[in-house]
Amino acid sequence: MIFEWLNPLLIATALLLAVIGAVRRVKLWRAGQPDQVDLIAGLMAMPGRYLHDLHDIVERDKYMSKTHAATGGGFVLSALLIMLVHLLGIDSQLLAWALLASLTLMFVGALFVFKRRLNPPSRLSKGPWMRLPKSLLAFAGGFFVLTLPAAGMLSDGFMAQAGGALLTLLLTALIIWGMGELFFGMTWGGPMKHAFAGALHLAFHRRSERFGGGRSTGLKPVDLTLATEVGVLGVAKPTDFKWNQLLGFDACVQCGKCEAVCPAFAAGQPLNPKKLIQDMVVGLAGGSDAKYAGSPYPGKTVGEAQGGPNQIITDGLLAPETLWSCTTCRACVEECPMMIEHVDAIVDMRRFLTMEKGSTPNKGAEVLDNIIATDNPNGYAPASRTHWAADQNLPLMKEVGEAEVLFWVSDGAFDMRSQRILRAFVKLLKAAKVDFAVLGDEELDSGDVARRLGDDATFQNLAKRNLAVLSQYKFSTIVTTDPHAFHCLRNEYNDFGSDALEGVEVLHHTTFLNSLMQQGRLQLDPFVGGKVTYHDPCYLGRYNGEYEAPRELLRSMGIEIAEMERSGYRSRCCGGGGGAPITDIPGERRIADMRMDDANETGAELIAVGCQQCTAMLEGVVEPRPQVKDIAEILVDQLVDSSAHVLAQEVH
Amino acid sequence: MQPNSSQSHNLNIATLVSVGKHPQSGRVRRADQDSRAVELGLRLTADNPAGLTVLHAGDPAEPSLRSYAGMGLAAIKVLQLDPAADAVAPLGEQLQQCGADIVLTGVRAESGEGSGMLPYQLAEKLGWPIVPRVADIVAVQEGVAEVLQALPRGQRRAIKVRLPFIASIDTAAPAARQSAFGPAQRAEMRVSVIPAETDTVRQSWDEAVAKKRPKRLKVIKAKTAAERFKAATAKSQSEGGRIMKQEAVDEQAQAILDLLIEEGVLR
Ligand code: SF4
Ligand code: SF4
Repeated sequence: MIFEWLNPLLIATALLLAVIGAVRRVKLWRAGQPDQVDLIAGLMAMPGRYLHDLHDIVERDKYMSKTHAATGGGFVLSALLIMLVHLLGIDSQLLAWALLASLTLMFVGALFVFKRRLNPPSRLSKGPWMRLPKSLLAFAGGFFVLTLPAAGMLSDGFMAQAGGALLTLLLTALIIWGMGELFFGMTWGGPMKHAFAGALHLAFHRRSERFGGGRSTGLKPVDLTLATEVGVLGVAKPTDFKWNQLLGFDACVQCGKCEAVCPAFAAGQPLNPKKLIQDMVVGLAGGSDAKYAGSPYPGKTVGEAQGGPNQIITDGLLAPETLWSCTTCRACVEECPMMIEHVDAIVDMRRFLTMEKGSTPNKGAEVLDNIIATDNPNGYAPASRTHWAADQNLPLMKEVGEAEVLFWVSDGAFDMRSQRILRAFVKLLKAAKVDFAVLGDEELDSGDVARRLGDDATFQNLAKRNLAVLSQYKFSTIVTTDPHAFHCLRNEYNDFGSDALEGVEVLHHTTFLNSLMQQGRLQLDPFVGGKVTYHDPCYLGRYNGEYEAPRELLRSMGIEIAEMERSGYRSRCCGGGGGAPITDIPGERRIADMRMDDANETGAELIAVGCQQCTAMLEGVVEPRPQVKDIAEILVDQLVDSSAHVLAQEVH
Repeated sequence: MQPNSSQSHNLNIATLVSVGKHPQSGRVRRADQDSRAVELGLRLTADNPAGLTVLHAGDPAEPSLRSYAGMGLAAIKVLQLDPAADAVAPLGEQLQQCGADIVLTGVRAESGEGSGMLPYQLAEKLGWPIVPRVADIVAVQEGVAEVLQALPRGQRRAIKVRLPFIASIDTAAPAARQSAFGPAQRAEMRVSVIPAETDTVRQSWDEAVAKKRPKRLKVIKAKTAAERFKAATAKSQSEGGRIMKQEAVDEQAQAILDLLIEEGVLR
């Protein structure tokens, strides 16, 4: 009978082609820059990372996680068994039965994939992805029938009798189709590529700290000596990415979860994180985006982008506005089931635009010049940094040399609205009798804005100078009201070989205040007033995992938080991060307005925030709208003034 | 505002740059007017980048030179001088040697002497005309440049001037492009060590921070918004003076000479 020699041949051919494709694909990735990864350890850790870390994210969508477990699990098992049963021809009923079971599992999974694709949400890519469920069904169905004789369900002769040539032909067609998609397509760029690239991406991920529930959000520093040694800073061409970044792009399943949460996309700015990753794939493999079958960058047409591994990305593959629209809010990264790092890629490309081309748009150049010349983004006299506290009588580190807590004031010192937050916080510190001090004029901009705008040289300069100041003094904790400075100090200042922050706890003021509350060092009256909602700042929440402390503080005043639909790790950005208000790329809506709509839906009269930038963005929305207050300001209004108490008692 | 690119021959532009000083922090930086002069130079030589020479007299290790270089300069020519030396003579020689058609400078330096005399002294030494406070050079054709001079309140005066000449660049000129870190690091400092005469006059000076002269408070008499607007935008009335348009050139020149003698500028 014809199957006896044809099928093993077909399977062997498909597998051989898959191997050739794999080698080709690996070569494309290896064109990237070297990166330090432990290959063996990565491969060993890969199954665990897949089963835990990746599936934890997929698990957020129960339908998809079950579907994927059945389809993917069924397929991997089936593929192994097919090799044993049909390629090597091991004659074992047990194996054949196991194969039948796994194919059934895969088939059922594929039916659910099919169902999802009947009326797919707009975030999903169409094109070849619409074909995938049918290919899965063909593969599982074809091999199922083919395996029946081996399992003893049908006699070998049955096939020949029953359907004869027609059945043979049909089955062969199904198998070729199925294997074409699942074996050949896996390494030659079909939708199944995600399984191959995805597995290796998990193994060689650039931020392996993310696995096992960890967090890794600090940007990686640029080696500035490359400016003279290689002649380029940041990423100009796809091959300037690290090789494992390229591999990561290739792992994208075009599920569009990133697109669905991206505030810039929703605001109609020319950015779609999914398309961006797909454009990177076009870049690494060479070609055009004509085959892309998902949502475009808002306001741009698909099919005109061209790229290649050694072509400048912003010359034809990607418009610079796309890169400058990002608020670095990390919503996409948080949501991506493949754990792809969009923000790293975007900032890498911004670095080239700023440090090589000098083309930071709009106010970008001016702000960077100011930061360089005056250590603050608005170009105020550096000696006026402490003017806001003229009446506060703050202990200066320069004078005391040592304190329990170092209060990092941040550039909010220059802004009248932010000063209200700073004052509120100082009042709370004093009420709780905290031993604290400030750096005064010795403090510099944290470098956050410069870094997000791609000027890593300026960031590194500020970081080193700040660290040099910090290393002169003794303190056990740094507290700041600015989540951006908080993120820099906590996650990004460690790369510069300074021990200034060794053993120092860096805290956001909500975390610190919450611990004061718990120690009973702050006496508060219960809050009476309308409904309150809480907006999670991206750099506090997704960047640093602090969702609870601000909420606990609010609850401690008897506030029942009316949560917005998008809160916690799904919080929507206020539009103020990543230098976005400075580069100011036009869209159809403003991100802050959309966030205010979210808040309005809860019926809240007060939005509690934990960030001066969020305060500024949300207060910039036209009235009528809820009031916006930093948690420190809400707390200070409820503070039971103990000195007034004592006074009152003395009078009686 | 790209200048007319139908320039007859390849234009040679020399831009002189000095060490700037940020008004708020006092930190060294690229000087505002000088970097506008570099910007104009870059625009005028967009088709022929080799036509622009950026020249500095002073210390080649001066960090602010890098921020000029970051505008996209392959090299900066540095005449390394003793800090106490007078730069006029060596700069003049250099300009004559490099065959510049147009020399661009700032109106005055942000640090050091900052007298604003350098462009005039160079003009005198080279015997070239000088156009002060230039906002733009619109076109250069057949050895004649069309220049826009900046006047107060956004007014412009169109001037034609024959090459070679010196132009000092006003803050009204197009803003300088962003300075990028990468090219700034890579630019070459072409150093020539120049023996120069010590500026003996300056040696005896004490330097102090310049302070703005206190202003007499203006009592605003205007009662309506319209009056206030008028008061704020009115041209300051110049006193005296004479407009001579019809008179013969000799007569005009004589009038200028008389005035200069009267004011004690010439003796
Ligand atoms: S970080 Fe935020 S703004 Fe940037 S691409 Fe991701 S979701 Fe969009
Ligand atoms: S980048 Fe991640 S979230 Fe976005 S489409 Fe690809 S796999 Fe989905």
